[in-house]
Amino acid sequence: MKHHTISFTLNGTHEIRDVRSNLTLLRFLREQLGVMGVKSGCDTGECGACTVLLNGEPVNACLVLAAEIDGGKVITVEGLSMDDQLDPLQQTFIDHNGIQCGFCTPGVLISAKALLTRNPHPDRDEIKDALRGNLCRCTGYVRMIDAVEAAAKEGN
Amino acid sequence: MELPLPELPAFDYLHASSAQHALEQLGGSIARTRVLSGGTDLFVQMRAGSIAPTELIDLKHIPGLATIEFDENSGLTIGAAATMNAVARDPEVQANYPLLVRALETVASYQLRNRATIGGNLCNASPAADSAPSLLVLGSRLTLESVGGQRELALNDFFKGPGETALTPGEILTKISLPLAPTGWKGRYLKLGRNTSGDLAIVGVAVLGFPDPEPTSGFRFRIALASVAPTPIRVADAEELLETTTLSDESIEQAARIAQDLARPISDARASAEYRRAMVFELTAWALKDVRQMLEEEA
Repeated sequence: MKHHTISFTLNGTHEIRDVRSNLTLLRFLREQLGVMGVKSGCDTGECGACTVLLNGEPVNACLVLAAEIDGGKVITVEGLSMDDQLDPLQQTFIDHNGIQCGFCTPGVLISAKALLTRNPHPDRDEIKDALRGNLCRCTGYVRMIDAVEAAAKEGN
Repeated sequence: MELPLPELPAFDYLHASSAQHALEQLGGSIARTRVLSGGTDLFVQMRAGSIAPTELIDLKHIPGLATIEFDENSGLTIGAAATMNAVARDPEVQANYPLLVRALETVASYQLRNRATIGGNLCNASPAADSAPSLLVLGSRLTLESVGGQRELALNDFFKGPGETALTPGEILTKISLPLAPTGWKGRYLKLGRNTSGDLAIVGVAVLGFPDPEPTSGFRFRIALASVAPTPIRVADAEELLETTTLSDESIEQAARIAQDLARPISDARASAEYRRAMVFELTAWALKDVRQMLEEEA
């Protein structure tokens, strides 16, 4: 199988790695780079637990090849906080109890972050729409929506 | 730490620098070669073991293959590798083809639509393809390229069966062309799913209507269905009925009955064939009445 040398930034740090053709971004992040905030749920693009930002846009890392991110920028939940300073979204998720078991949370935060970047003042329907691809089996959606709404009000 | 889930089966990932380059790789290879654009269907099928390509040629970086261009005289051209989000966010598409935007927004999730492409949606040829009914009623044409040259085909002639298209081995879809939408058109895409959260359609109905003094009714209509036959389909007989009779609740219900009779749905995890047939009638009538109301408000 072919191998590919890829150059990319992960949460702001430049990396050069060698990856085989069939390695998904999800497995690459977890198994080779130790980025455990990216969760493996369905492996078919349904659940959103593996959602990361690729060049600023959310994608399902289970459906992206590591070889495809050459030259790109990847941000995971680990990249949201800076020097022990939580992203405002992370804080409002804590304040509004938007977390239960936590498995879906990294993907939800990434989808919400992307939403507030493209639309800083979403209404509740727009928030629901943006989180459609992130399944929460604790069914804590209402509090997550509250949390995103609160972060938007804070002007983020 | 190893994940419990299986890896993608082995294959070689190849870049294509031009359509010609991709075609040469595709045509010259004896391996089981497939083209890759968004991967949102391809990787799922590979994991399920339903296909096992040994080479994937990535088309995403071919210059021009992901461009979206609108021309006031000739209409819209969508590169086959343009993502659904790129198309749905394009200001010209939003202004001129909102029916297509609405249909794309019903697909799966925002993050999936950042990868999924219109070309992939069509070539995957799912009977449930959400982009298909709207593209059908908008009169889309496709450009297919091979080493031997290129040909054009109406989208209506492209689908051959579930997962089957008019593409011949060594041929790729490069462009989807939409003529200018008719003046004064109104449209609806109604999608019935098990939930409102991006599930595949149980039934999808696209209706487009526009004023035209020539037919008896004073309007022309186009109707297309998804998820209720081996391929997405146009319902030409119902369209004709609505043009040759005076528009009324009765003619609309007659047209919806024709659509229902044309549907050849299967029973699956999502719904029974019987339910699907009943919903074809309901949704077609609903969409037609909505479009009629919008056309009358405009008149």
